[in-house]
Amino acid sequence: MKKRQKKNGGSPMDPLRQSPSRSSSRASSPRTLPCEMLGYVGIEAVLDQLKIKAMKMGFEFNIMVVGQSGLGKSTMVNTLFKSKMWKSTMPGLGVPTPQTLQLQSVTHVIEESGVKLKLTVTDTPGFGDQINNDKCWDPILGYINEQYEHYLQEEILITRQRHIPDTRVHCCVYFVPPTGHWLRPLDIEFLQRLCRTVNVVPVIARADSLTIEEREAFRHRIQENLKTHGIEVYPQKCFDEDINDKILNSKIRERIPFAVVGADREHIVNGRCVLGRKTKWGIIEVENMAHCEFPLLRDLLIRSHLQDLKDITHNVHYENYRIFRLNESHVLPRGPGWVNLAPAPASVPAPAGPQANPSPPKVGGWAKDNSDEEC
Amino acid sequence: MEAEANSGSPEDSWAFIQRPGEGCRTVPLAGHVGFDSLPDQLVNQSISQGFCFNILCVGETGLGKSTLMDTLFNTKFEGEPATHTQPGVQLQSNTYDLQESNVGLKLTIVSTVGFGDQINKEDSYRPIVEFIDAQFEAYLQEELKIRRLLHNYHDSRIHACLYFIAPTGHSLKSLDLVTMKKLDSKVNVIPIIAKSDAISKSELTKFKIKITSELVSNGVQIYQFPMDDEAVAEVNGTMNAHLPFAVIGSTEELKIGNKMVKVRQYPWGTVQVENEAHCDFVKLREMLIRVNMEDLREQTHSRHYELYRRCKLEEMGFKDTDPDSKPFSLQETYEAKRNEFLGELQKKEEEMRQMFVQRVKEKEAELKEAEKELHEKFDRLKKLHQDEKKKLEDKKKSLDDEVNAFKQRKTAAELLQSQGSQAGGSQTLKRDKEKKN
Repeated sequence: MKKRQKKNGGSPMDPLRQSPSRSSSRASSPRTLPCEMLGYVGIEAVLDQLKIKAMKMGFEFNIMVVGQSGLGKSTMVNTLFKSKMWKSTMPGLGVPTPQTLQLQSVTHVIEESGVKLKLTVTDTPGFGDQINNDKCWDPILGYINEQYEHYLQEEILITRQRHIPDTRVHCCVYFVPPTGHWLRPLDIEFLQRLCRTVNVVPVIARADSLTIEEREAFRHRIQENLKTHGIEVYPQKCFDEDINDKILNSKIRERIPFAVVGADREHIVNGRCVLGRKTKWGIIEVENMAHCEFPLLRDLLIRSHLQDLKDITHNVHYENYRIFRLNESHVLPRGPGWVNLAPAPASVPAPAGPQANPSPPKVGGWAKDNSDEEC
Repeated sequence: MEAEANSGSPEDSWAFIQRPGEGCRTVPLAGHVGFDSLPDQLVNQSISQGFCFNILCVGETGLGKSTLMDTLFNTKFEGEPATHTQPGVQLQSNTYDLQESNVGLKLTIVSTVGFGDQINKEDSYRPIVEFIDAQFEAYLQEELKIRRLLHNYHDSRIHACLYFIAPTGHSLKSLDLVTMKKLDSKVNVIPIIAKSDAISKSELTKFKIKITSELVSNGVQIYQFPMDDEAVAEVNGTMNAHLPFAVIGSTEELKIGNKMVKVRQYPWGTVQVENEAHCDFVKLREMLIRVNMEDLREQTHSRHYELYRRCKLEEMGFKDTDPDSKPFSLQETYEAKRNEFLGELQKKEEEMRQMFVQRVKEKEAELKEAEKELHEKFDRLKKLHQDEKKKLEDKKKSLDDEVNAFKQRKTAAELLQSQGSQAGGSQTLKRDKEKKN
């Protein structure tokens, strides 16, 4: 029986506060005697029971896409989930570029073969678009922590709901512009802060502007950058449980960040109908591994590691937040980072940043504290 | 298909999201996305975690609890056989690792020892209830910890309680009623008629009806198999009508036809355990393991454990909403209680310190007293000693005086004597002369 266990310690430079230990022993487990069953009992029917229960309850998944405008985030989301999550914005069509960072979230229920998935996609238009992008990650961190706060408050109620609605961000897809050189300081800052709070998957956006060799070189440089700055992206090495996981995840880690292209138009190629981008020199097929690595991203996010993303969010990131929160309350009954979710009657402008909005006041303060703490 | 864009003014720094309400849109998919593998991912995750299942068997001595467990899980559970020498009801718990294809199950079987053996059975239910509460308490403690390992925690909460009813054929004993009433709000109670080969078929139907009516009239809520899911609703519905199951347990096997079947052999015939016409064992196994194991675990967690948690936290003084309806009141009340506790500790410390100081003072005074006394004694002795010495000196002096006087007298006497002897000599001469004359 393997479990993920958290081990205390780790240097302050560890991006993850706690990394699990190798051992898989259960805490406080009793002495067990192995027994052999002489015939079929039917215990494995519990798997079917689990499946039925899960299908009835449905699944939830929350994904956040972060990146500068024009990198194809909305298109990517539409391509991933093969549906029009939202209108992909075309440049210069009268939609004003947001002056400041605004988070937009949209929820849809999608169903496939009887499996219902409640998908929430959070977009961040305006990220990194200003001249001075200092602390532009604060609203994003604030949002993520606010979701953890929601969940924590639901969890500590006396009379709790049977199933706490899960709005925590399970995965954050970070779009790296295809400069071809290396990670920009903004990217590094953002990734450093975020990989401690949420699962981050960086991707090279609009990879059709790079040739295959350029992509490989860019990828290697990005991997070097990540290693130098101690940024652990998903799948994190420290959470590999056994040798199979390690092998599987190493293969994925070699290819991170994926070079992806998003498209939501269909074209006819060789008689088949494929999603792709049509250019004068050819059609880039999104689902063709020779053209781009979109299938890898889709497989990672949806087909193989979705449950794993949720588990790591719940068992590691949320627990870290909870520890931090409960420890902090012992020092001050209402710390500066305390999120007041009751409707604030007279909001006090919080000293968050130059762009702080009076309501909600303290979440900005929270993010500020978080970044202060991490500095 | 429009996005719900946020129409905030550009001056809004980061205007916050519209929280998606319950009525979110269902969007059709244009192709195969692939998340239908989600249930499989979940199942794989559960397999690697492993399952655990805890059964509590409550019943009088000799009703075949251990044998039934052996029969249910098709194995011979090793464990020390219970010694029935202790007074009162004991609970014996054993954990086993079972493996079937790729599913690993950690099975814990808890059995009552000595239930119903006492003369006064008023408190027989108490150890059982305390045991169940202790498991809930352990889980609650783990959940309330700051650094917790919930996903690694061995869940010891009882998921199913099999209550063994003695096959009298008449009705439930009052001990059974009282115990089941105490247990029904804490655990999923499944009553079964044990050793049912002692009852004939007609008696059995009457017995079952009597039992169910008694349970209903006393308000005992036994576990009903869930009927909200169409896949199993039908099966569960029919099974609900057969409650309580009449079971027989046996590990002896006999070859009947060309199969080995579990039987109990009597001179008048052979009872087959897995024959549905003979007893309800197959139904019990179906319901307990193959169909509803997950539901039992979930009911334990979401109903019984939540109830316990609510009662416990309310007892400790937490509330969800204060008059000011502060959201994080659990934490604040906890904080307040902690401060209170620390204050009390400090007070106690002060008290103890003061008591210590006082004691020291007392002891010191005592010691001083003793010292004074000693001094006095010493002085007295010294004085005595001096007095004696003086007396002795006086005596010595007087003795010396006497000796001196004696010596003087002696010398005087000697002188006199010598003079006298001279004179005496002359005297004697004179006397002699006179005599001669």
